[in-house]
Amino acid sequence: MSLRIATMTVWRVLNQLRRDRRTVALLLIMPSVLMTLLRYVFDGSPMVFDHIGVTLLGIFPFIVMFLVTSVAMLRERTSGTLERLLTTPISKLDLLVGYGTAFALVAAVQTLLTCATTLWLLDLHVCGNLSFVIGISVADAVLGAALGLLVSAFAATEFQAVQFMPAIVLPQLLLCGLFAPRDSMASWLDAASSLMPLSYVVEALSEVARHAEATAILWRDLGLVVGLIGVCLVLAAVTLRRKTP
Amino acid sequence: MEAAAIAVKNLVVTRGGRRVLHQLNVDIPRGQITGLLGPSGCGKTTLMRCVVGVQRVESGTVTVLGDAAGSAALRRRVGYVTQSPSVYADLSVADNLSYFASLFGASKQRVRKTMSDVELSDSANQLVSQLSGGQRTRVSLACALISEPELLVLDEPTVGLDPVLRAQLWQQFHELADSGVTVLLSSHVMDEATHCHRLLLMRDGSFVADDTPDALLSQTATLDLESAFLALVSDRTDSQEA
Repeated sequence: MSLRIATMTVWRVLNQLRRDRRTVALLLIMPSVLMTLLRYVFDGSPMVFDHIGVTLLGIFPFIVMFLVTSVAMLRERTSGTLERLLTTPISKLDLLVGYGTAFALVAAVQTLLTCATTLWLLDLHVCGNLSFVIGISVADAVLGAALGLLVSAFAATEFQAVQFMPAIVLPQLLLCGLFAPRDSMASWLDAASSLMPLSYVVEALSEVARHAEATAILWRDLGLVVGLIGVCLVLAAVTLRRKTP
Repeated sequence: MEAAAIAVKNLVVTRGGRRVLHQLNVDIPRGQITGLLGPSGCGKTTLMRCVVGVQRVESGTVTVLGDAAGSAALRRRVGYVTQSPSVYADLSVADNLSYFASLFGASKQRVRKTMSDVELSDSANQLVSQLSGGQRTRVSLACALISEPELLVLDEPTVGLDPVLRAQLWQQFHELADSGVTVLLSSHVMDEATHCHRLLLMRDGSFVADDTPDALLSQTATLDLESAFLALVSDRTDSQEA
Protein backbone atom coordinates (compact mmCIF):
# COMPACT_ATOMS: atom_id res chain seq x y z
CA MET A 1 0.00 0.00 0.00
CA SER A 2 1.12 3.55 -0.68
CA LEU A 3 -0.16 6.36 1.51
CA ARG A 4 0.53 8.90 -1.24
CA ILE A 5 -1.48 7.05 -3.87
CA ALA A 6 -4.35 6.34 -1.47
CA THR A 7 -4.46 10.03 -0.47
CA MET A 8 -4.44 11.17 -4.08
CA THR A 9 -7.27 8.73 -4.77
CA VAL A 10 -9.29 10.26 -1.91
CA TRP A 11 -8.81 13.70 -3.47
CA ARG A 12 -9.68 12.45 -6.92
CA VAL A 13 -12.93 10.81 -5.75
CA LEU A 14 -13.92 13.90 -3.74
CA ASN A 15 -13.07 16.11 -6.71
CA GLN A 16 -15.34 14.04 -8.94
CA LEU A 17 -18.12 14.21 -6.39
CA ARG A 18 -17.69 17.98 -6.00
CA ARG A 19 -18.51 18.45 -9.68
CA ASP A 20 -21.81 16.64 -9.20
CA ARG A 21 -23.61 19.27 -7.14
CA ARG A 22 -27.00 17.60 -7.23
CA THR A 23 -25.63 14.39 -5.74
CA VAL A 24 -23.82 16.34 -3.04
CA ALA A 25 -27.00 18.23 -2.16
CA LEU A 26 -29.08 15.04 -2.03
CA LEU A 27 -26.44 13.26 0.04
CA LEU A 28 -26.17 16.02 2.60
CA ILE A 29 -29.77 17.14 2.90
CA MET A 30 -32.00 14.10 2.32
CA PRO A 31 -31.42 12.32 5.65
CA SER A 32 -32.28 15.53 7.55
CA VAL A 33 -35.44 15.97 5.48
CA LEU A 34 -36.47 12.36 6.13
CA MET A 35 -35.83 12.75 9.86
CA THR A 36 -38.02 15.85 9.90
CA LEU A 37 -40.71 13.87 8.13
CA LEU A 38 -40.43 11.11 10.70
CA ARG A 39 -40.62 13.58 13.58
CA TYR A 40 -44.04 14.79 12.41
CA VAL A 41 -45.25 11.28 11.52
CA PHE A 42 -44.88 10.54 15.24
CA ASP A 43 -46.08 13.99 16.27
CA GLY A 44 -48.40 12.53 18.92
CA SER A 45 -45.88 10.04 20.35
CA PRO A 46 -42.46 11.60 20.92
CA MET A 47 -41.29 8.45 22.79
CA VAL A 48 -41.65 6.44 19.59
CA PHE A 49 -39.73 9.09 17.68
CA ASP A 50 -36.94 8.92 20.28
CA HIS A 51 -36.68 5.16 19.79
CA ILE A 52 -36.98 4.98 16.00
CA GLY A 53 -35.18 8.24 15.32
CA VAL A 54 -31.94 7.21 16.97
CA THR A 55 -32.00 3.90 15.09
CA LEU A 56 -32.56 5.63 11.79
CA LEU A 57 -29.57 7.88 12.47
CA GLY A 58 -27.57 4.73 11.90
CA ILE A 59 -29.63 3.29 9.08
CA PHE A 60 -29.83 6.25 6.68
CA PRO A 61 -26.08 6.77 6.22
CA PHE A 62 -25.61 3.03 5.86
CA ILE A 63 -28.12 2.76 3.01
CA VAL A 64 -27.05 5.96 1.24
CA MET A 65 -23.34 5.18 1.35
CA PHE A 66 -23.94 1.60 0.23
CA LEU A 67 -25.77 2.80 -2.86
CA VAL A 68 -23.44 5.65 -3.73
CA THR A 69 -20.21 3.68 -3.40
CA SER A 70 -21.46 0.63 -5.26
CA VAL A 71 -22.51 2.80 -8.21
CA ALA A 72 -19.31 4.91 -8.06
CA MET A 73 -17.12 1.80 -8.14
CA LEU A 74 -19.21 0.31 -10.93
CA ARG A 75 -18.67 3.48 -12.98
CA GLU A 76 -14.94 3.08 -12.46
CA ARG A 77 -15.29 -0.44 -13.82
CA THR A 78 -17.55 0.30 -16.82
CA SER A 79 -15.66 3.43 -17.92
CA GLY A 80 -12.51 1.35 -18.40
CA THR A 81 -10.58 3.44 -15.88
CA LEU A 82 -10.45 0.51 -13.46
CA GLU A 83 -8.78 -1.72 -16.03
CA ARG A 84 -6.35 1.07 -16.79
CA LEU A 85 -5.62 1.77 -13.11
CA LEU A 86 -4.85 -1.90 -12.56
CA THR A 87 -2.04 -1.66 -15.14
CA THR A 88 -0.43 1.14 -13.07
CA PRO A 89 1.46 0.88 -9.75
CA ILE A 90 -1.73 1.51 -7.69
CA SER A 91 -2.48 -1.40 -5.35
CA LYS A 92 -6.01 -2.71 -5.03
CA LEU A 93 -6.10 -1.69 -1.39
CA ASP A 94 -4.93 1.86 -2.28
CA LEU A 95 -7.93 2.19 -4.53
CA LEU A 96 -10.44 0.71 -2.08
CA VAL A 97 -9.11 2.60 0.92
CA GLY A 98 -9.15 5.75 -1.23
CA TYR A 99 -12.80 5.23 -2.09
CA GLY A 100 -13.69 4.20 1.46
CA THR A 101 -12.00 7.24 3.00
CA ALA A 102 -13.48 9.69 0.51
CA PHE A 103 -16.98 8.46 1.21
CA ALA A 104 -16.25 8.29 4.95
CA LEU A 105 -15.51 12.02 4.86
CA VAL A 106 -18.76 12.65 3.00
CA ALA A 107 -20.55 10.40 5.48
CA ALA A 108 -19.08 12.33 8.40
CA VAL A 109 -20.44 15.62 7.07
CA GLN A 110 -23.79 14.02 6.28
CA THR A 111 -24.00 12.49 9.74
CA LEU A 112 -23.08 15.73 11.48
CA LEU A 113 -25.82 17.55 9.60
CA THR A 114 -28.39 14.84 10.28
CA CYS A 115 -27.46 14.63 13.95
CA ALA A 116 -27.56 18.39 14.33
CA THR A 117 -31.02 18.55 12.78
CA THR A 118 -32.37 15.61 14.72
CA LEU A 119 -30.90 16.34 18.12
CA TRP A 120 -31.32 20.09 18.23
CA LEU A 121 -34.07 21.10 15.83
CA LEU A 122 -36.25 18.01 16.25
CA ASP A 123 -35.45 17.51 19.96
CA LEU A 124 -34.60 13.84 19.77
CA HIS A 125 -33.84 12.69 23.28
CA VAL A 126 -30.75 10.54 23.89
CA CYS A 127 -29.49 9.58 27.38
CA GLY A 128 -25.88 8.92 26.39
CA ASN A 129 -23.09 11.03 25.01
CA LEU A 130 -23.84 12.64 21.62
CA SER A 131 -20.29 12.00 20.39
CA PHE A 132 -21.10 8.28 20.53
CA VAL A 133 -24.16 8.78 18.33
CA ILE A 134 -22.00 10.60 15.80
CA GLY A 135 -19.14 8.13 16.07
CA ILE A 136 -21.38 5.10 15.55
CA SER A 137 -23.19 6.75 12.64
CA VAL A 138 -19.92 7.56 10.87
CA ALA A 139 -18.57 4.05 11.46
CA ASP A 140 -21.70 2.52 10.02
CA ALA A 141 -21.67 4.86 7.02
CA VAL A 142 -18.13 3.64 6.31
CA LEU A 143 -19.38 0.09 6.74
CA GLY A 144 -22.09 0.81 4.15
CA ALA A 145 -19.42 2.19 1.80
CA ALA A 146 -17.14 -0.83 2.32
CA LEU A 147 -20.03 -3.22 1.71
CA GLY A 148 -20.94 -1.26 -1.42
CA LEU A 149 -17.36 -1.59 -2.71
CA LEU A 150 -17.49 -5.33 -2.11
CA VAL A 151 -20.89 -5.82 -3.71
CA SER A 152 -20.04 -3.76 -6.79
CA ALA A 153 -17.64 -6.55 -7.78
CA PHE A 154 -20.67 -8.76 -8.37
CA ALA A 155 -22.65 -6.23 -10.38
CA ALA A 156 -22.11 -5.96 -14.11
CA THR A 157 -24.52 -3.08 -14.68
CA GLU A 158 -26.03 -0.14 -12.80
CA PHE A 159 -29.35 -1.99 -12.80
CA GLN A 160 -27.79 -4.88 -10.93
CA ALA A 161 -25.95 -2.57 -8.52
CA VAL A 162 -29.18 -0.82 -7.57
CA GLN A 163 -30.94 -4.18 -7.14
CA PHE A 164 -28.34 -5.19 -4.58
CA MET A 165 -29.84 -2.59 -2.27
CA PRO A 166 -33.10 -4.52 -1.66
CA ALA A 167 -31.13 -7.78 -1.71
CA ILE A 168 -28.41 -6.86 0.78
CA VAL A 169 -29.76 -3.91 2.77
CA LEU A 170 -33.51 -4.51 3.15
CA PRO A 171 -33.21 -7.90 4.92
CA GLN A 172 -30.85 -6.22 7.41
CA LEU A 173 -33.32 -3.40 7.84
CA LEU A 174 -36.15 -5.84 8.59
CA LEU A 175 -34.13 -7.89 11.05
CA CYS A 176 -32.04 -5.23 12.78
CA GLY A 177 -34.53 -4.66 15.59
CA LEU A 178 -36.16 -1.54 14.19
CA PHE A 179 -39.56 -3.12 13.48
CA ALA A 180 -39.56 -5.64 16.31
CA PRO A 181 -37.09 -6.48 19.07
CA ARG A 182 -34.73 -9.16 17.82
CA ASP A 183 -35.44 -11.54 20.72
CA SER A 184 -39.15 -11.55 19.88
CA MET A 185 -38.51 -12.81 16.34
CA ALA A 186 -38.62 -16.45 15.27
CA SER A 187 -35.44 -17.94 16.67
CA TRP A 188 -33.93 -18.65 13.23
CA LEU A 189 -34.47 -15.01 12.26
CA ASP A 190 -32.87 -13.87 15.51
CA ALA A 191 -29.90 -16.10 14.66
CA ALA A 192 -29.77 -14.69 11.13
CA SER A 193 -29.90 -11.13 12.43
CA SER A 194 -26.87 -11.76 14.61
CA LEU A 195 -24.91 -12.37 11.41
CA MET A 196 -25.94 -9.02 9.96
CA PRO A 197 -23.79 -5.92 10.47
CA LEU A 198 -26.69 -3.49 10.76
CA SER A 199 -28.01 -5.32 13.86
CA TYR A 200 -24.89 -4.27 15.80
CA VAL A 201 -25.16 -0.67 14.64
CA VAL A 202 -28.76 -0.50 15.82
CA GLU A 203 -27.93 -2.24 19.09
CA ALA A 204 -25.08 0.19 19.75
CA LEU A 205 -27.27 3.19 19.04
CA SER A 206 -30.05 1.96 21.34
CA GLU A 207 -27.44 1.46 24.06
CA VAL A 208 -26.48 5.14 23.73
CA ALA A 209 -30.15 6.09 23.70
CA ARG A 210 -30.88 4.25 26.96
CA HIS A 211 -27.70 4.59 29.02
CA ALA A 212 -25.89 7.69 30.18
CA GLU A 213 -22.52 5.93 30.25
CA ALA A 214 -20.88 3.89 27.50
CA THR A 215 -21.74 0.23 28.11
CA ALA A 216 -19.71 -2.89 27.41
CA ILE A 217 -22.21 -3.87 24.71
CA LEU A 218 -21.71 -0.50 23.03
CA TRP A 219 -17.93 -0.95 22.90
CA ARG A 220 -18.25 -4.51 21.67
CA ASP A 221 -20.66 -3.50 18.89
CA LEU A 222 -18.52 -0.56 17.82
CA GLY A 223 -15.48 -2.84 17.71
CA LEU A 224 -17.42 -5.34 15.60
CA VAL A 225 -18.48 -2.65 13.13
CA VAL A 226 -14.91 -1.39 12.75
CA GLY A 227 -13.68 -4.96 12.30
CA LEU A 228 -16.33 -5.63 9.67
CA ILE A 229 -15.19 -2.56 7.72
CA GLY A 230 -11.74 -4.11 7.50
CA VAL A 231 -13.17 -7.51 6.51
CA CYS A 232 -15.30 -5.95 3.74
CA LEU A 233 -12.34 -3.99 2.35
CA VAL A 234 -10.07 -7.03 2.33
CA LEU A 235 -12.77 -9.16 0.67
CA ALA A 236 -13.34 -6.38 -1.86
CA ALA A 237 -9.61 -6.37 -2.63
CA VAL A 238 -9.67 -10.13 -3.08
CA THR A 239 -12.64 -10.01 -5.47
CA LEU A 240 -11.05 -7.19 -7.49
CA ARG A 241 -9.09 -8.98 -10.20
CA ARG A 242 -6.28 -7.54 -12.24
CA LYS A 243 -6.74 -10.27 -14.80
CA THR A 244 -10.27 -10.73 -16.13
CA PRO A 245 -11.66 -13.27 -18.62
CA MET B 1 20.79 -8.88 -30.76
CA GLU B 2 18.80 -7.13 -28.05
CA ALA B 3 16.00 -9.21 -26.55
CA ALA B 4 12.54 -8.55 -27.95
CA ALA B 5 10.33 -6.01 -26.21
CA ILE B 6 7.46 -8.47 -26.28
CA ALA B 7 7.84 -12.22 -26.68
CA VAL B 8 4.65 -14.21 -27.14
CA LYS B 9 4.91 -18.01 -26.96
CA ASN B 10 2.09 -20.46 -27.72
CA LEU B 11 -0.50 -18.02 -26.46
CA VAL B 12 -4.04 -19.38 -26.22
CA VAL B 13 -6.96 -17.31 -24.91
CA THR B 14 -10.55 -18.46 -24.55
CA ARG B 15 -13.31 -15.95 -23.85
CA GLY B 16 -16.89 -16.98 -23.16
CA GLY B 17 -16.23 -20.54 -24.33
CA ARG B 18 -14.82 -19.37 -27.67
CA ARG B 19 -11.14 -19.59 -28.53
CA VAL B 20 -10.06 -16.06 -29.47
CA LEU B 21 -6.31 -16.49 -29.78
CA HIS B 22 -4.90 -19.68 -31.30
CA GLN B 23 -1.33 -20.61 -30.34
CA LEU B 24 0.19 -17.21 -31.12
CA ASN B 25 3.96 -16.87 -31.40
CA VAL B 26 5.67 -13.58 -32.07
CA ASP B 27 8.63 -11.42 -31.05
CA ILE B 28 8.12 -7.68 -31.18
CA PRO B 29 11.39 -5.68 -31.43
CA ARG B 30 12.29 -2.72 -29.26
CA GLY B 31 12.23 0.90 -30.37
CA GLN B 32 9.89 0.32 -33.29
CA ILE B 33 6.28 0.98 -34.13
CA THR B 34 4.56 -2.35 -34.62
CA GLY B 35 1.08 -2.23 -36.10
CA LEU B 36 -1.43 -4.92 -35.22
CA LEU B 37 -3.87 -4.96 -38.10
CA GLY B 38 -6.96 -6.91 -38.88
CA PRO B 39 -10.72 -6.74 -39.03
CA SER B 40 -12.57 -5.93 -35.82
CA GLY B 41 -13.18 -9.01 -33.70
CA CYS B 42 -9.98 -10.74 -34.86
CA GLY B 43 -8.37 -10.66 -31.41
CA LYS B 44 -6.28 -7.47 -31.52
CA THR B 45 -7.64 -6.08 -28.26
CA THR B 46 -7.37 -9.45 -26.52
CA LEU B 47 -3.72 -9.72 -27.53
CA MET B 48 -3.03 -6.20 -26.25
CA ARG B 49 -4.79 -7.03 -22.99
CA CYS B 50 -2.45 -10.02 -22.68
CA VAL B 51 0.55 -7.77 -23.18
CA VAL B 52 -0.51 -5.34 -20.44
CA GLY B 53 -1.46 -8.29 -18.22
CA VAL B 54 -5.18 -7.80 -17.66
CA GLN B 55 -6.32 -10.76 -19.76
CA ARG B 56 -6.72 -14.20 -18.22
CA VAL B 57 -4.66 -16.53 -20.36
CA GLU B 58 -5.45 -20.19 -20.94
CA SER B 59 -1.94 -21.30 -21.87
CA GLY B 60 1.31 -19.94 -23.23
CA THR B 61 3.47 -17.05 -22.03
CA VAL B 62 3.84 -13.36 -22.73
CA THR B 63 7.17 -11.81 -21.73
CA VAL B 64 7.34 -8.02 -21.73
CA LEU B 65 10.68 -6.18 -21.36
CA GLY B 66 12.11 -9.32 -19.77
CA ASP B 67 9.36 -9.87 -17.17
CA ALA B 68 6.12 -11.85 -17.23
CA ALA B 69 3.30 -9.67 -18.60
CA GLY B 70 1.38 -7.94 -15.83
CA SER B 71 4.09 -8.35 -13.18
CA ALA B 72 4.36 -5.54 -10.65
CA ALA B 73 7.72 -4.33 -11.98
CA LEU B 74 6.17 -3.65 -15.39
CA ARG B 75 3.44 -1.35 -14.13
CA ARG B 76 5.83 1.59 -14.25
CA ARG B 77 7.34 0.66 -17.60
CA VAL B 78 4.27 -0.05 -19.73
CA GLY B 79 1.65 2.50 -20.79
CA TYR B 80 -1.75 1.31 -21.95
CA VAL B 81 -4.43 3.26 -23.81
CA THR B 82 -7.73 1.44 -24.24
CA GLN B 83 -9.87 1.82 -27.32
CA SER B 84 -12.48 4.10 -25.78
CA PRO B 85 -10.81 6.89 -23.80
CA SER B 86 -10.54 5.60 -20.23
CA VAL B 87 -10.22 8.83 -18.28
CA TYR B 88 -12.51 10.53 -15.76
CA ALA B 89 -15.08 12.45 -17.77
CA ASP B 90 -16.17 14.42 -14.69
CA LEU B 91 -12.68 15.79 -14.03
CA SER B 92 -10.69 18.44 -15.87
CA VAL B 93 -7.80 17.59 -18.20
CA ALA B 94 -5.28 18.80 -15.61
CA ASP B 95 -6.98 16.83 -12.80
CA ASN B 96 -6.89 13.64 -14.85
CA LEU B 97 -3.21 14.08 -15.67
CA SER B 98 -2.29 15.02 -12.10
CA TYR B 99 -4.03 11.93 -10.76
CA PHE B 100 -2.28 9.57 -13.16
CA ALA B 101 0.99 11.43 -12.51
CA SER B 102 0.58 10.84 -8.77
CA LEU B 103 0.30 7.07 -9.34
CA PHE B 104 3.78 7.12 -10.83
CA GLY B 105 5.21 9.85 -8.62
CA ALA B 106 5.66 12.07 -11.70
CA SER B 107 6.33 15.78 -11.16
CA LYS B 108 4.14 18.81 -11.89
CA GLN B 109 6.55 19.80 -14.66
CA ARG B 110 6.02 16.42 -16.23
CA VAL B 111 2.24 17.05 -16.17
CA ARG B 112 2.72 20.39 -17.92
CA LYS B 113 5.14 18.95 -20.44
CA THR B 114 2.85 16.04 -21.31
CA MET B 115 -0.11 18.38 -21.62
CA SER B 116 1.74 20.53 -24.12
CA ASP B 117 3.06 17.44 -25.97
CA VAL B 118 -0.50 16.45 -26.81
CA GLU B 119 -1.47 20.10 -27.37
CA LEU B 120 -4.00 20.27 -24.59
CA SER B 121 -2.47 23.08 -22.52
CA ASP B 122 -5.23 25.44 -23.61
CA SER B 123 -7.93 23.05 -22.37
CA ALA B 124 -6.22 22.25 -19.05
CA ASN B 125 -9.14 23.38 -16.92
CA GLN B 126 -11.91 22.05 -19.11
CA LEU B 127 -13.90 19.01 -18.03
CA VAL B 128 -13.17 15.98 -20.17
CA SER B 129 -16.92 15.50 -20.73
CA GLN B 130 -16.96 18.84 -22.55
CA LEU B 131 -14.14 17.94 -24.93
CA SER B 132 -14.42 16.65 -28.48
CA GLY B 133 -13.76 12.98 -29.21
CA GLY B 134 -10.29 13.74 -30.55
CA GLN B 135 -9.36 15.75 -27.49
CA ARG B 136 -10.56 12.95 -25.21
CA THR B 137 -8.39 10.48 -27.08
CA ARG B 138 -5.43 12.78 -26.49
CA VAL B 139 -6.19 13.09 -22.76
CA SER B 140 -6.26 9.31 -22.57
CA LEU B 141 -2.96 9.12 -24.45
CA ALA B 142 -1.41 11.79 -22.23
CA CYS B 143 -2.33 9.80 -19.11
CA ALA B 144 -0.27 6.92 -20.50
CA LEU B 145 2.64 9.11 -21.64
CA ILE B 146 2.97 10.77 -18.27
CA SER B 147 5.03 7.94 -16.78
CA GLU B 148 7.47 7.95 -19.74
CA PRO B 149 6.85 4.25 -20.43
CA GLU B 150 9.33 2.10 -22.32
CA LEU B 151 6.48 0.27 -24.00
CA LEU B 152 3.31 1.99 -25.16
CA VAL B 153 0.32 -0.20 -26.01
CA LEU B 154 -2.32 1.72 -27.93
CA ASP B 155 -5.64 0.20 -28.93
CA GLU B 156 -6.98 1.94 -32.07
CA PRO B 157 -5.47 5.30 -31.07
CA THR B 158 -6.41 7.13 -34.27
CA VAL B 159 -9.91 5.82 -34.86
CA GLY B 160 -12.45 8.53 -35.59
CA LEU B 161 -9.89 11.35 -35.63
CA ASP B 162 -9.57 13.96 -38.33
CA PRO B 163 -6.66 13.67 -40.79
CA VAL B 164 -4.70 16.59 -39.32
CA LEU B 165 -4.85 15.19 -35.84
CA ARG B 166 -4.01 11.71 -37.11
CA ALA B 167 -0.91 13.05 -38.82
CA GLN B 168 0.11 14.85 -35.60
CA LEU B 169 -0.29 11.67 -33.57
CA TRP B 170 1.70 9.60 -36.03
CA GLN B 171 4.46 12.17 -35.87
CA GLN B 172 4.40 11.88 -32.11
CA PHE B 173 4.54 8.08 -32.22
CA HIS B 174 7.58 8.32 -34.50
CA GLU B 175 9.28 10.76 -32.16
CA LEU B 176 8.65 8.35 -29.29
CA ALA B 177 10.03 5.42 -31.28
CA ASP B 178 13.09 7.48 -32.23
CA SER B 179 13.73 8.10 -28.55
CA GLY B 180 13.73 4.33 -27.96
CA VAL B 181 10.12 3.70 -26.92
CA THR B 182 8.50 0.55 -28.26
CA VAL B 183 5.05 1.25 -29.65
CA LEU B 184 2.48 -1.48 -30.24
CA LEU B 185 -0.72 -0.14 -31.74
CA SER B 186 -3.76 -1.65 -33.36
CA SER B 187 -5.93 -0.48 -36.21
CA HIS B 188 -8.55 -1.92 -38.49
CA VAL B 189 -7.80 0.70 -41.14
CA MET B 190 -5.15 -0.54 -43.56
CA ASP B 191 -3.88 2.86 -44.76
CA GLU B 192 -2.64 3.53 -41.23
CA ALA B 193 -0.28 0.62 -41.62
CA THR B 194 2.14 2.45 -43.89
CA HIS B 195 3.27 4.52 -40.90
CA CYS B 196 4.44 1.44 -39.00
CA HIS B 197 7.92 -0.05 -39.08
CA ARG B 198 6.49 -3.49 -38.87
CA LEU B 199 3.10 -5.08 -39.36
CA LEU B 200 1.36 -8.01 -37.79
CA LEU B 201 -1.70 -8.96 -39.79
CA MET B 202 -4.29 -10.84 -37.81
CA ARG B 203 -7.40 -12.75 -38.72
CA ASP B 204 -9.64 -14.93 -36.54
CA GLY B 205 -7.12 -15.09 -33.71
CA SER B 206 -4.09 -16.07 -35.79
CA PHE B 207 -1.32 -14.14 -37.52
CA VAL B 208 -1.55 -14.01 -41.28
CA ALA B 209 1.69 -12.10 -41.79
CA ASP B 210 4.55 -10.51 -39.86
CA ASP B 211 6.77 -8.23 -41.94
CA THR B 212 7.59 -4.66 -42.95
CA PRO B 213 4.94 -2.84 -45.03
CA ASP B 214 7.23 -2.81 -48.11
CA ALA B 215 8.04 -6.50 -47.85
CA LEU B 216 4.33 -7.33 -47.61
CA LEU B 217 3.60 -5.33 -50.74
CA SER B 218 6.37 -6.93 -52.78
CA GLN B 219 5.62 -10.41 -51.45
CA THR B 220 1.99 -10.18 -52.53
CA ALA B 221 2.74 -8.09 -55.64
CA THR B 222 0.11 -5.54 -54.62
CA LEU B 223 0.12 -1.75 -54.51
CA ASP B 224 -1.70 -1.13 -51.26
CA LEU B 225 -1.90 -2.95 -47.95
CA GLU B 226 -5.63 -3.55 -48.19
CA SER B 227 -5.06 -5.69 -51.31
CA ALA B 228 -2.03 -7.29 -49.67
CA PHE B 229 -4.18 -8.34 -46.72
CA LEU B 230 -6.85 -9.78 -49.04
CA ALA B 231 -4.22 -11.63 -51.06
CA LEU B 232 -2.68 -13.11 -47.91
CA VAL B 233 -6.06 -14.18 -46.54
CA SER B 234 -7.13 -15.88 -49.78
CA ASP B 235 -3.72 -17.64 -50.05
CA ARG B 236 -4.23 -19.02 -46.61
CA THR B 237 -7.79 -20.16 -47.27
CA ASP B 238 -6.63 -21.86 -50.48
CA SER B 239 -3.81 -23.69 -48.76
CA GLN B 240 -6.15 -24.81 -45.98
CA GLU B 241 -8.64 -26.20 -48.49
CA ALA B 242 -5.97 -27.95 -50.55
